Amino acid sequence: MPPRPETLRAALGGGATLFGRRHSVQLSAMGRALDGDLTGAHVLLRTHDQLFAALALIELDGVAARIVIAPPDVKPEHLPSVIERAAVDVVVSDDPALAVDGVRFEQVHLPQAGAAIPASRKTEWVLFTSGTTGLPKMVAHSLEGLSGAIQLAAGDDVVWGTFYDIRRYGGLQILLRALLGQASLILSDADENVADFLARLGRHGVSHLTGTPSHWRRALMSPANAAIAPRYVRLSGEIADQAILDSLKARFPDAAMGHAYASTEAGVGFEVTDGLEGFPASFVGRPGPVEMKVADGTLHVRSPRTASQYVGGGPASGGEQNIKLKNDGWVDTGDMVELRRSVGGSRSDQKEERYFFAGRTGGIINVGGLKINPEEVEAVINRHPGVRMSRVFGRKSPITGAIVIAEVVLADAANDDATFKQAILEACREKLPAFKVPAMLRFVPALELTAGGKLSRHA
Amino acid sequence: MSIETTVRAEFEQVAREQEKVLSGLSDDTVLLESGLDSLCFAIIVARLEDQLGVDPFTASEDVYFPVTLGDFIKFYKDAAQA
Repeated sequence: MPPRPETLRAALGGGATLFGRRHSVQLSAMGRALDGDLTGAHVLLRTHDQLFAALALIELDGVAARIVIAPPDVKPEHLPSVIERAAVDVVVSDDPALAVDGVRFEQVHLPQAGAAIPASRKTEWVLFTSGTTGLPKMVAHSLEGLSGAIQLAAGDDVVWGTFYDIRRYGGLQILLRALLGQASLILSDADENVADFLARLGRHGVSHLTGTPSHWRRALMSPANAAIAPRYVRLSGEIADQAILDSLKARFPDAAMGHAYASTEAGVGFEVTDGLEGFPASFVGRPGPVEMKVADGTLHVRSPRTASQYVGGGPASGGEQNIKLKNDGWVDTGDMVELRRSVGGSRSDQKEERYFFAGRTGGIINVGGLKINPEEVEAVINRHPGVRMSRVFGRKSPITGAIVIAEVVLADAANDDATFKQAILEACREKLPAFKVPAMLRFVPALELTAGGKLSRHA
Repeated sequence: MSIETTVRAEFEQVAREQEKVLSGLSDDTVLLESGLDSLCFAIIVARLEDQLGVDPFTASEDVYFPVTLGDFIKFYKDAAQA
């Protein structure tokens, strides 16, 4: 295995190309994609196009002190808080319209000839994770931490493709895998339909393709999947069930298949390659860089890849700075697990003990790999005049893993009509990204409370 | 109401609610080109489970996902008979 490069730019080479929807960039010949010198800057990176986000990351790693990577659906009204908490002094974007008043702006463009700014530091990479109040929490990582699980022994003919957005944890992993392995990567685009993306993946010869189980279900529903023949199929970001694993095996019988477990806060945990849902009980307690234990029914992970700290405090922390996630390094993932005899699938004849995922503590809902705090949605619903209280929870879905369901108690039962329901949903659409808006909303006469007077979350 | 009518009605209802424009609802319509997104399909599958008492995606032993609306309707008809 080659030595791990200090910065992303130092890793570039081979014939690797980044394929965007509109532009492609040959990486070994990459010059400058930014004009200004951002040495030591605290950068907020917010782009329309993923390709420009990737170019800016290559340019800024080892140069900027901190890069805050805004996900595509960040709400503009949250930016002032993000800028203040992360002490941002430069906004980098592919669109001058995304400049922020009073903050220096640098435009990222297609690379032009020019010598790179020399690397002078270890850059802190900051990713967003769901917050309980709607304000995003920011989690700091290092390049080593983010790329710790990556084996750098990729072959020359590897072409990565991903359904993910590289500005979120899962997608960033794949970008780093490609760059550090000097392999090409085909980037997705939010405005491109599934069939066109599959055609583009096929055209560039994707060999390693990754996405959530929900992405894969969608790909299997498209006739355009005939265009691709990956050698390696990877699922992560959501719990993979046996149905999707079996479906992928049937469609791509020759491909190696793995489902990975990771979270923004705990980093990459482990990968399961036997084609069965859950993971072997022998993973718990085994030696290695990632330690796992099960306590109080939930999976705990300890790893050097664990995010080092929150940036600017969690939104609920009242502005406390840089709280360590856990003193002893163990992170409670919030994923509940159950130990059972393996009855994985029709192809399973093993009788090993295996852990199966059994939902989340705290009621976090995972819709196609995007996480939702029920309290955040309830807060929006409850703000509507005429609503007394609400309960938001997930319902299992074979298409997106889960969907968001809301039960609403009206202040005046006479309002129980479709118009009022639409008004509440309209308020949700205004305040929340689409995947957080309840897919089904029903009026109920009352909601159960616990003895302590809190909303009962176990229906 | 027949399974086919129920399925078609649910497609139209969810499209209206999610403010999507249906490109057509013939048996040959490719689901992913119908104008609906994954979230719409997730809602349709959940509602059909409530109405018809069956979720063929979860119940089925077959490992395949429907591609056209015709496949989708047949998927539900087969599951209801099983």
